[in-house]
Amino acid sequence: MKDNNNYGILIVGVGGQGVLLASEIISETAMKYGYDVKKSEVHGMSQRGGIVSSHVKIAPKVYSPTLSYGQADILMAFEQAEGLRFLDWMKKDGVAIISTTELIPAIVTSSKKYNYPEKPVEIMKKKAQNVIAVNADAIAAELGNPRLINTILLGVASNYLPFESELWMEVIKKRVKAKFVDINVEAFNRGLKIQLSSVEA
Amino acid sequence: MVVVVVSADDPAMHSSQNEQDNRFYARFANIPLLEPADSQEAKDMVVSAYEISEIFDTPVLLRTTTRVSHSKGIVEFAEKTEAPHKQFVKDASKYVMVPSNARGRHQIVEERLEKLKQFSEETPFNFIEENGSKIGIITGSIAYQYAKEVAPQFDYLKLGFSYPLPMKKIGEFIKNHDKVLVVEELEPFYEDQIKAAGLKVEGKKYFGHLGELSPYRVAVGFKEVGVLDEIPVAVISPEENMFPRPPVLCPGCPHRGAFMALKKLKVNVTGDIGCYTLGALEPLNALHSCICMGASIGNAIGMERVNNSDKGTVAVIGDSTFLHSGITGLMDAVYNKTKVTVMILDNSTTAMTGGQQHPATGLTLMGKEAGRVDIPTVVKALGVKSVRILDDYDYEATLKTIKEELERPEPSVIIANRPCVLMPKRIMDEPYVVDAELCTACSACFNISCPAISASEETNKHGRPKAVIDETLCTGCSLCAQICPTEAIILKSHFVKVEEV
Repeated sequence: MKDNNNYGILIVGVGGQGVLLASEIISETAMKYGYDVKKSEVHGMSQRGGIVSSHVKIAPKVYSPTLSYGQADILMAFEQAEGLRFLDWMKKDGVAIISTTELIPAIVTSSKKYNYPEKPVEIMKKKAQNVIAVNADAIAAELGNPRLINTILLGVASNYLPFESELWMEVIKKRVKAKFVDINVEAFNRGLKIQLSSVEA
Repeated sequence: MVVVVVSADDPAMHSSQNEQDNRFYARFANIPLLEPADSQEAKDMVVSAYEISEIFDTPVLLRTTTRVSHSKGIVEFAEKTEAPHKQFVKDASKYVMVPSNARGRHQIVEERLEKLKQFSEETPFNFIEENGSKIGIITGSIAYQYAKEVAPQFDYLKLGFSYPLPMKKIGEFIKNHDKVLVVEELEPFYEDQIKAAGLKVEGKKYFGHLGELSPYRVAVGFKEVGVLDEIPVAVISPEENMFPRPPVLCPGCPHRGAFMALKKLKVNVTGDIGCYTLGALEPLNALHSCICMGASIGNAIGMERVNNSDKGTVAVIGDSTFLHSGITGLMDAVYNKTKVTVMILDNSTTAMTGGQQHPATGLTLMGKEAGRVDIPTVVKALGVKSVRILDDYDYEATLKTIKEELERPEPSVIIANRPCVLMPKRIMDEPYVVDAELCTACSACFNISCPAISASEETNKHGRPKAVIDETLCTGCSLCAQICPTEAIILKSHFVKVEEV
């Protein structure tokens, strides 16, 4: 899918889902691999349930820390409607890795003005070539911790990045609290098994 | 004396209330300005700023923007060096700014500026990148990265030491190129000065001065000038009519109780800077002004003095903001005998910015033991006669107390002191659940804007959704249960399913 050695990754979700940790892990893995990396995000509201997005740029030499519309090789969304919201940042042949997690904000519940889209993943599949919908909530529940969506999706994304598993593991072990390392390694490995060819073509 | 001031501007106002360009402060104060364009320069320029401050005996302004501050890149460290400790040397002609001394200092400032102009021509922070192009770009800060990203083929004059500008270097650069464009975020700080020097450049008319630039916006500007053909565009159409997802008060946030009561009383609420500013958003809509730190009390005083509302005015201000800039406003209210009700929402932390300590927490920013300012004592010492302390989880008590204080003909203060549920430690008590049998889908609990409460699949006979509580988010604050008219919201352990009976 990739014909050059630069990667634009956009990670989106809702405050508290671990967007920033995921982008830190990708960045550090790329750095250890030997790439130049820049990342940028605005996270003043991240703890308050607002939208969080993090840009990661990986290349031999990176200038802008932010992407442009239509430039992301990989879009990772920890909430399905947020994936839809940011879909236009993706390249036509980019890969969208979407957790089917559904988080409906209070403003939609309490007001008639707004609607949560019906079947966001279906809409995405119509618009983009490569959409991987992952029931990360179910996998996380199986593993016994709801806060693993980010690591599961990292595992999926790693299939589309050139870094070896050992490198990812090294960074995850460094970045995650000691008592959560094992469960995160397991979550990453579960994600690793999921790729385009393993879901419906 | 060495003085380095770091100031970050926020183009696009990701978390600010104004979009100002602080580079003008350097020009205004006649002090040197450094503008890093990435993490490496940010680190290197801090070291240089100290050196420049020392060599030229001047304060230095180091100015970043959101995308320089809120980004990370690979940084190489230099060898750590130790600076010798220096003692203050008394020198009245320099440090005592009475007019006779100040006149002499102004002369020195002007002479210093001339030396800094020379330095600006020589410093490696202002460098030229030649690519053999007839198009020259003068740029700095994050705009440099955006321009390089979309048009690496042009020649660049990258400014890092940008006040005073290296006008000779700029003049040479302009002379050597057919067309020179200035790409800078926010105001035409470089452009106006370059034009005032009689040199020919263009910039703002293509790149605009509102919001933040991006590789896309810079590319669009270049295309408009006619020097770039291709611009990065979206190939997938954006989704129309997406719902907003504004930040909200957390589940269990004690401020929610205060705003529920203030909304009920229909008072005018002047607000301040902190998590509680979120009380302004729908469906709470319970905060009606927010300008700058400390403005809540000043606004309330002004509004009360012109009798703006028969329902009354309440100023809400957080604990750290009160200590930062609320005390003088309250002193004004006492001194000028203004009838105003101030509600200090004391959650014992600086929550919005990540839980920093402040003078009333008893700890330093590094978590070490510190002195502790007692807020009720400060308020009483200012001369406020009525100081009420309450728990904002108690909705009825909060409502009653605010009502009583609004009746007072003098300044009064209510301190709501329930701590933040996130910091310093996460508070999770037994969650509440909704008994769907009792829930009538009245939506009262939806209107308190709690992220733990959402619409259930179950509806009432009119098809309106009943409520459901996410037990993993609910902290057990009980505010929704207190306002549920049918007592359908109950503690989980008190809820016994019919089939189990």
